[in-house]
Amino acid sequence: MIKTGTRLRSQVCDTQVIVVRASERLDDLRAGGVPMLPLDAEIAGGATLNPEFSGGTLMGKRYVDESGAEVLVTKAGAGALSVGEEPLTLKEAKPLPASD
Amino acid sequence: MTISLLLEMAVSGNPDRLALVSDDVRLTVGELNALADGCAGALVGSGPRTVAYVGTGGVMLPLLIFASARAALPFSPLNYRLSGEALRELIDRLDEPLVVCDSEYRDVAEDAATKIIESQDLLSAARTSNPVSLFPDPDDVAVLLFTSGTTSRPKAVELSHNNLTGYVTGTVEFDSAAPDDAVLICVPPYHIAGVSAALSNLYAGRKMVYQRNFEPKDWIRLVNAESVTNATVVPTMLNRIVTELERNPVPVPTLRSLAYGGSKVAPPLLRKALELLPDVGFVNAYGLTETSSTIAVLTAQDHRAAQTATDEMVRKRLASVGQPVPGIEVEIRGDDGEVLDRGQVGELFVRGPQVSGRYAEIGSVLDENGWFPTRDSAMLDQDGYLFITGRADDTIIRGGENVAPAEVEDVLVEHPAVREVAVVGIEDPEWGQIIAAVVVPEYGTTPDPEELRDHVRKALRGSRTPDRVVFRQQLPVTPTGKVLRRELVNDLTGERAGR
Repeated sequence: MIKTGTRLRSQVCDTQVIVVRASERLDDLRAGGVPMLPLDAEIAGGATLNPEFSGGTLMGKRYVDESGAEVLVTKAGAGALSVGEEPLTLKEAKPLPASD
Repeated sequence: MTISLLLEMAVSGNPDRLALVSDDVRLTVGELNALADGCAGALVGSGPRTVAYVGTGGVMLPLLIFASARAALPFSPLNYRLSGEALRELIDRLDEPLVVCDSEYRDVAEDAATKIIESQDLLSAARTSNPVSLFPDPDDVAVLLFTSGTTSRPKAVELSHNNLTGYVTGTVEFDSAAPDDAVLICVPPYHIAGVSAALSNLYAGRKMVYQRNFEPKDWIRLVNAESVTNATVVPTMLNRIVTELERNPVPVPTLRSLAYGGSKVAPPLLRKALELLPDVGFVNAYGLTETSSTIAVLTAQDHRAAQTATDEMVRKRLASVGQPVPGIEVEIRGDDGEVLDRGQVGELFVRGPQVSGRYAEIGSVLDENGWFPTRDSAMLDQDGYLFITGRADDTIIRGGENVAPAEVEDVLVEHPAVREVAVVGIEDPEWGQIIAAVVVPEYGTTPDPEELRDHVRKALRGSRTPDRVVFRQQLPVTPTGKVLRRELVNDLTGERAGR
């Protein structure tokens, strides 16, 4: 199972994420419809962005699925995040006042 | 997650944004990033196992935090106000440190350490060194901070990369600051608030303006010169700003939010500040070094609600530290470890990713379920607002009865002739301990001790009336406003011995 703190990158766009809360389902985490790979993995090339998953990722936002898995986008890209075919949803944060 | 990634994200977001202003230095996010890489190269080149810093901060603080992270070395900012001897004691406890020092502290640093480099020399080296970016384990120590040691020997708190990034990503929304937001940072670099300010404001996308040595007139000048929207101060600073604004009212139209924390602010001072700055949102932040900064926040809305409320419970919240931040769980526990109901006072325990609870030389003090005992006495009200009633270690035991100094202080500070007050226990053959109130009188007043004792007697039980009332020009405090109770006790004990 993918561990909390693991960094992953897309094969088909600029998206990079870090796993904030792990779950077994994240083993099939995809960006742009194509499985994400560890940050240091070789990318074979040839894969293309699936137009059905082209909504893009937002820099610095958290995305969640219903199992409680959570990732943080550390680099934005053109592909959308999904677990299998199921899109992740943007986690809305409650705004806190700056205290530092 | 490592703190280096916070900087990488800021670069990925907008490298050309102005990240910080410190005297005549202005750096964009991209420039800070490049300088941190070069600085990491310079640090690694000299082969230390820890990076320490003796100086007033400014650009050096964010630079050394990130450069040390990229060099995979723990970073320990030290109190530059310490004597050479006190500094040496701390440096001796670090693992093969390289001590970076501002030029004015070179002599002190030289006495205390063998391997030193001046800030200016390191900055020059950073511009010419080969960039280095290593990957520390996220559970490694990123920052090592010594506690102020108001009651005992300073402890070395270990904050891991995961603790600090857990705090930042858990409480700050990336790039959430408005384009014209600017924060004035005047807290010292060796305090957790200094470290967290450098991380969270960079992550929020807020320009950081540094004031390396706090001075109220200059603070007000900087707010206007740099169109500052946010600031964080400790109570002593708030006191001095309020005094300055009373003497010499200057509008600060850009200031929207003023956060205060570090130790308790007396209600009369807070009310005065709220009156003087009606358009500023006040935020009370409560946290400990061991919790990577803020764990509870009383928001500007909470302040306003408390100010205007008729409901006694809501009004009292002006003295509360607010509600826990996301990711933090709290429990109030009794003497036997049982979890207490709302409204009852006990010891505050906290848990969450930002909570370290780990010390060098001691190890972790978390319990088996990951809870950290804060040693603060606290209470939650019916709606979950947290009230800190004092340090457990400060409790006075007079004739077998427990007295929280804060309870007596809260009453005394409301007396018009009392500007500041600290209540401490002094050893006594008859009572075990007696209650002594050390009072700083309001300017131009000479209060009568009997009248002050009477004032307390009317509000609290007789056993809480101070046995002694003494007057001082000022209280001994740490740079962040914590009263050095030990010094007061020593002082008063000496007097009793007939000094």
